[in-house]
Amino acid sequence: MTTLNHPPGSADLPALKARALNLRRTMLHMASGKGEGYIAQGLGIADCLAAIYFHELRYDAANPAWADRDRFVLSTGHYAIAMYAVLAEAGYLEAAELPSYGLNGSRLPMSTFDDIPGVEMVGGSLGHGLGQAVGMAMALKLDGRPSRVFCEFSDGELQEGSTWEATMGAATFKCDNLVALIDCNGIQADGPVTVQIEPVADKFTAFGWDTVEVNGNDMAALVDALAGAREKNGRPKAIVLRTTPGHGVPTLVARDRAHFVRVDNSEWDALKAELESTHG
Amino acid sequence: MAEPLHTGRTRGMGELIDIAGKTTELAPFGTTLAELGRERPEIVGLTADMGRYSDILPFRDAHPTRFFNVGMAEQDLIMIAAGLSKVGKIAYCTTYSVFITRRAYDFVAISCAHSKANVKIFAGMPGLVNGYGATHQATEDLNMMRGIADLTIIDPCDATELKQVVRAVADIPGTVYVRSLRGKVPVELPDSYRFQLGKAQVIHEGGGKVGIISTGYMSARAMDAARLAAEQGIASSVLHVGTIKPFDTAGVIAFAQRFDRLIVAENHKTTGGLNTLVVEALYDAGIMKPLIKVGLADSFFECGSQEYLEAKYGVDLPRMLRAILEGN
Ligand SMILES: Cc1ncc(C[n+]2csc(CCOP(=O)(O)OP(=O)(O)O)c2C)c(N)n1
Ligand SMILES: [Mg+2]
Repeated sequence: MTTLNHPPGSADLPALKARALNLRRTMLHMASGKGEGYIAQGLGIADCLAAIYFHELRYDAANPAWADRDRFVLSTGHYAIAMYAVLAEAGYLEAAELPSYGLNGSRLPMSTFDDIPGVEMVGGSLGHGLGQAVGMAMALKLDGRPSRVFCEFSDGELQEGSTWEATMGAATFKCDNLVALIDCNGIQADGPVTVQIEPVADKFTAFGWDTVEVNGNDMAALVDALAGAREKNGRPKAIVLRTTPGHGVPTLVARDRAHFVRVDNSEWDALKAELESTHG
Repeated sequence: MAEPLHTGRTRGMGELIDIAGKTTELAPFGTTLAELGRERPEIVGLTADMGRYSDILPFRDAHPTRFFNVGMAEQDLIMIAAGLSKVGKIAYCTTYSVFITRRAYDFVAISCAHSKANVKIFAGMPGLVNGYGATHQATEDLNMMRGIADLTIIDPCDATELKQVVRAVADIPGTVYVRSLRGKVPVELPDSYRFQLGKAQVIHEGGGKVGIISTGYMSARAMDAARLAAEQGIASSVLHVGTIKPFDTAGVIAFAQRFDRLIVAENHKTTGGLNTLVVEALYDAGIMKPLIKVGLADSFFECGSQEYLEAKYGVDLPRMLRAILEGN
C-alpha cells in the first residue's frame, strides 16, 4: 500500500489524552467570565484536535506559511475557541493572549479569520470549508506536494447544498489527500439536529469516499481512524465523528441549550473542578 | 499602533443594544406573526435553523403544524417558500439577512421575485447589529436586494413599525424583503405612526436648516441626535424612509428642497443603499446641496459588541451629532 505524508511513529495515547485535557482546561479558562459561548462544541472536538495536531498533522508553527504543510481547515468558525486553544498548544499563538478571546479589538475574535497564524480560512458562514479544502487538495496534487488536507465540518453543515457539491467534487477529482472530519455532535442552533441527515457514513460511501465512523471522544479510535485514512488510492477519506457536546464536564453535557451555553460567573470554578475530577 | 483592548465583547446573538431610558418590546416580529396567523390560516412560517435567533418561535408555538424548520439550508428555505406560495400559502421566512442575501440570492431573484411568489422574508440582524464579524454582517444587503426587479424592500425603524410591517406585508403582493430586528427591540415611534408602503415620513419636525434622511434603526438614532442638537441650538428634521423599494423619490425630493444641507444615515455601506438612492434622486431632480453620508465604508468588518463596532465604524450617536452640529 502506498501511503501519503504521515507521522513516522505510532501514537502515544497517554500523551495525546493529556493534550486533550489541556485543550479543555484552556477552553474553560478562555470562556470564564464571558457568560456564554460555544464551549460545548469545543469540549466535544478537543480529542480530535489533539489527535490531529499532536500526531497526524505535519506543520511548523514557526513557519505557518510552509508550502509543504498539511492543512487543517476548520469549517465551523464558531468553534474558534477550540481552534485558538489548539493553536496555542501547538505554538502558533501565545497562551497569554487567549483570555482576550471574543473581546472587542482582540486578535482572537468569536469567529475565525484567516489572518490569524495557523488559520486557513475565514469561518463563520457555514458550508464553506469542504469546497475550499477540495481546492487545496487539488492544488497540492497538481504541484506534486506530499501534503494532505484535513477538513473539519459539522452535522449542521451537512444541510448546506454547498457541502454536497464539494463532496461530489472531491470524488470526481480523486482527492485521496483529503480527510473529512465530520463532527456529528447531534446539535445545531435551534437544538437537536432538525433535519434527516442520517445515515451520514453511508451517504459518504455512496458518494465515493472511504468512510469510517468512530466515537470522536475515544482517542484510540481516533488515532486508528486517522491511520486508516493515509492510503493513496484515488479516493477521499471521511471520518464520521460521534462526539458529545461538553465532553469532560458533565454539567455542560447535561445542558439542553448546548449550542450557545450560558454560564454564570459563579459557575466556572465548579466546572473546572468537574473537568479535573472526570479525568482524575 | 495596536488597537486598545476594550472590556466589551461580542455578545449573544444580536439583541439591540440597551440604550438607557428606552422602552423595548420583546420579540415584536414573532408575537405579531403568531397573532396574524390566527386571522390568516394561509400563513406559514419557516426558518433555516435560526428559529430561536429570529424570534419566530411564538409563531411555532401558536401554529406548530404551519411551522417548518428546514435546517441550515438557506437556498432550500427560499425554494420551499416559493413552492408553498405557489399552492396558496403566504410564506414568512426567517434567518439572518446575510445568509438570505449572499447565500440564497439567485433563489430570491428567480424562485421568488420573478414569479411574484408570495414570500415574505424577515431577514434578521442587518448591518452591524450582528457582532460576529463580516460573515454575519449584512452590510450590502440593501444594495444587493435593490438590484432584483419586482422585489419590495422595507427597513423598519423600531418595534412599532416592525409590528405594522408584519401585518402589512401579508397584503403586499409578491416577494418582500424586510430587515428584521429581534430580541428587545426599542419602541421609538409614537403610537400614532402608520407605516405606508412606499411613503417616506417625517418623524421629527424640528424645522431648521438641516434635513436628515434615514432608514432602519438609524432613523431612531437620527431623532435622538436631532433632539440633542436642538438643545445646543441647531434645529433639524428627520425623514424616515421605511420602504427602500419602491423608493419614494417625490417625498425625498420635497423634503430635501426644504433644507440648506442634508445628512443621509443608514446601517449599511454608503454605497448602493439609501445614500446612493438619495443621490440618484437628487441628481435626477437637478438638486445640488451639501450632503454628509453617515454609514459604513466599503470594507469587511470585525467582531465585537454593537456599541464598539458602531463607534469604530462611525454610525453611532456622536457621529450623527457631529454631522448635525459641525456639518462634517
Ligand atoms: C450559512 C450559515 N447559515 C446559518 C448560520 C448560523 N449558524 C451558526 S451556528 C449554526 C448551527 C450549525 O450547525 P452545527 O455547526 O452542527 O452547530 P453546533 O453543533 O455548533 O450546535 C447556525 C445555523 C451560519 N453561521 N452560516
Ligand atoms: Mg452540530
